[in-house]
Amino acid sequence: MTRVGLVVNPVAGLGGRVGLGGTDGPERARLALSLGSRPLAGVRAAAALAELALRTGELAGAGLARVAPGVRVGGTVDAPPGSPRPLVVTAAGPLGADSAAVAGLPARVVYAAGGGRDASGVETSGVETSAADTAAAVRAVVAEGVDLLLFAGGDGTARDVLAALGDAPCPVLGVPTGVKMHSAVFAVSPRAAGEVAAAWLNRKGAVRLRDAEVMDRDEDALAEGRVTSRLFGWLPVPDLPVRVQQRKTGSTATAPEAVGGIAAEVAERVGDGLLALGPGSTTRAVAAALGADVSLTGVDVLRLRPGAAPDVVARDATEDTLLTLGPAWIALSPIGGQGFLLGRGNQQVSPRVLRASGGRAHLLVVCTEQKLAALGGRPLLLDTGDDALDAELAGHVRVITGRRRTSLYRLAM
Amino acid sequence: MSAPHTPVSVSPEEARVADKPRLRRFQQASWDEKLIFELGSPGERGVLVPTADPSVGQVEIPAALRRATPPALPEMSQQQVLRHYLRLSQENLGADLNIDVGQGTCTMKYSPKVNDQFVRDPRIAALHPLQDEDTVQGVLGIIHGLEQLLKEISGMDRVSLQPGAGSAAIYTNVAMIRAYFAARGELEQRDEVITTIFSHPSNAACAKTAGFKVITLHPDADGYPDIEALKAAVGPRTAALLITNPEDTGIYNPRIEEFVRIVHEAGGLCSYDQANANGILGITRARDAGFDLCHFNLHKTFSTPHACGGPAAGACGVTEALAPYLPRPTVELDPETGTYRLDDDRPESVGKMRPFYGVVPNLVRAYAWIMSLGAEGLRAAAETAVLNNNYLLHKVRQIPGVSVPYAAGRPRVEQVRYSWEKLHQDTGLHSEDIGLRAADFGTHYWTSHHPYVVPEPMTLEPTESYTRADLDEYAAILAEIAREAYEDPETVRTAPHRSTIHRVRPEALDDPATWAVSWRAYRRKVLGAAARP
Repeated sequence: MTRVGLVVNPVAGLGGRVGLGGTDGPERARLALSLGSRPLAGVRAAAALAELALRTGELAGAGLARVAPGVRVGGTVDAPPGSPRPLVVTAAGPLGADSAAVAGLPARVVYAAGGGRDASGVETSGVETSAADTAAAVRAVVAEGVDLLLFAGGDGTARDVLAALGDAPCPVLGVPTGVKMHSAVFAVSPRAAGEVAAAWLNRKGAVRLRDAEVMDRDEDALAEGRVTSRLFGWLPVPDLPVRVQQRKTGSTATAPEAVGGIAAEVAERVGDGLLALGPGSTTRAVAAALGADVSLTGVDVLRLRPGAAPDVVARDATEDTLLTLGPAWIALSPIGGQGFLLGRGNQQVSPRVLRASGGRAHLLVVCTEQKLAALGGRPLLLDTGDDALDAELAGHVRVITGRRRTSLYRLAM
Repeated sequence: MSAPHTPVSVSPEEARVADKPRLRRFQQASWDEKLIFELGSPGERGVLVPTADPSVGQVEIPAALRRATPPALPEMSQQQVLRHYLRLSQENLGADLNIDVGQGTCTMKYSPKVNDQFVRDPRIAALHPLQDEDTVQGVLGIIHGLEQLLKEISGMDRVSLQPGAGSAAIYTNVAMIRAYFAARGELEQRDEVITTIFSHPSNAACAKTAGFKVITLHPDADGYPDIEALKAAVGPRTAALLITNPEDTGIYNPRIEEFVRIVHEAGGLCSYDQANANGILGITRARDAGFDLCHFNLHKTFSTPHACGGPAAGACGVTEALAPYLPRPTVELDPETGTYRLDDDRPESVGKMRPFYGVVPNLVRAYAWIMSLGAEGLRAAAETAVLNNNYLLHKVRQIPGVSVPYAAGRPRVEQVRYSWEKLHQDTGLHSEDIGLRAADFGTHYWTSHHPYVVPEPMTLEPTESYTRADLDEYAAILAEIAREAYEDPETVRTAPHRSTIHRVRPEALDDPATWAVSWRAYRRKVLGAAARP
């Protein structure tokens, strides 16, 4: 039997309809409730589970009755007819069990919000729960062993999940219910979350995982009056583009081939020299294609030599390390769905570092065509904190999208 | 949407006007037909070839040409073969059965049946490509005549009809661009080709295959190719611009002459992908916008069938400066004798793109189609295609969940790339789901090339072939599917319900380990048999 974890942040999204922005912290949640907002996170989580229920177990089998007997198409099909529905491993009441009940899925409750108090010791009641509850529920659910952890919330909840999972992340997927959702871990809708979850559970092995960004509004910057977001880390999510890919003729370049082409192109440009790689799954895959294992979150420096595997000269390099090493080339990839190329999650690549490496001429922007298209025409963004440098870098930039392939794309301040 | 069950009192005239076209309850045949290799039995034959009369003598096939083992072919009677393929044809939507406006960018127009009669005429069908020139003057005359017509339609100086498809024609043009710069000693310097994301992907693919680096321009906020991006892209390394216009969004680039000028000033050539020419025949010409090369898809714009991916036919048009590089042989008319001859002595030619003269049956069909319409007829076809498209646009944009990205409120040329993004956000259904449900009404549907720049895309191109009633029916089908999506999404999500094959998992077609495009590959990969029987 497959097991899907569910943790709902019941207060997520409360602030949206009453104009409060996010609902981080119990005060904002109470204020939102007092302003007449009604909790919707549980309802949206139930919608995701209902979609999952439709696509798993007996119902999914019924939909495939017309597949010709004995015909194998090489891929795997949805759950075989008569297979059991997934078990929902979750926390009591509004933290998940209520949603499972609405969706009619069997549930095992492994956590209950403790003592009606939030992390700061303030007494809570009704839908009031805290970040500490989210984290504790996530740990309890994951400890039971699940194939996929669904969480319902916004960016704040995604950060809580990231923190709770620590160094041992399991596959997760966000059901979007929050106000702020800059993170790339969310499905585009609750139903889409159910669809992706079903595909992951039914066709394990046929669906890859990808590392998706966890972002949140930068409160420090907000205090200075700037609305920006920060990168907090990555969580593995099923890589089933919600826009299910089908083709007209031929096949589209899937990510690994495209990344291999990008890597070859980068190697050719750098030749014999030092290359700094920014954080992210694209740059990490580029390093892997070149034969180096680098971190997902840090800036690493490689020494490239034609015809030989690169040496990792520095891991998790700081600004000072980068200035000391003086890499001749810097390869960066925009944050998926959001487009930030500089100034989010890669502040080590500072204006001084960029100028020292030769500025625009030695900045390699790498990105698959799929990821560029997913920006929906919005420009790549930069915010180095140095307006003069931003102005110098802005304009049309050649994005390396494959072997001997570039796209001219707008980079804006 | 109004509730269809609400009884309202209307006059018969009002009812006739308000009545949406009755939706068909299409039901595809399901024959559970086996693969042809699984039919028949050893030794069965369709045609029994009699032993040659002794007086004929023995024909010896040279030993070097004989097979060691007989080919592994299906063995069955002629009638079985006929039944097999008729059954398969009934498990298709069929180009002649459906209102084929849903295959945008493919220009699925009706191909008049009389043109097939010309092709089947023994004077065409019985020709052999190795016949002496003197004995094939008629077909050479048709090829030469079609070249003259396409010169007039494009404004170009010379035309080649050798390429076997649109992509082959693009490749031919890229090969001529390469030969042109090689002859000028500039090939090493000029190694970049510029195209746009809404141009057909074959432009980028052909340029890359020919050894060029490819730079892709993304659209500006209005959906036009970004002219600032073009200015940033051109330079001393620019070999050429390969661009479609109108692009697959159906938006005509009003700055096309400026695009050409910018590339020419940088020393590059401009090649016009005229795959979307159906809406501009007789209205604009590649030469008039300053292009050096262009190509047409005869199997789209000039009505010849798509033939399941080939062989189709492409036409390349070039200026005099590029004429030396045309594929060989060319068909030349001797003005004194009035006879045609093949000129194979063209040392600067890029070589052969197809054996002999290209795909002659399609050249005959295209020639007949153009001659039957005349210049005014071509323009009328284009104008009707544009009118049909904007009529359908008017109807489709009223359907809940549909939007028309870019160039807000403006008409389109001959096709539109719509977006179901709102419907997707509201219902979780994808454009692909709508396409599969459309099959239940006996109609075909297509999304877009990849990557999806327009989210949840749908591309419709009605051409001039379809009547107003046809377009009303197609729009009514889409409206009905949108209604179902909001009121009964399960029906759409589990579609098709009335087709032979339910759903195919595309993953198997993407993976070289599982795809099987031949019987041998199917045996090896799917049945697990040895590679050779």
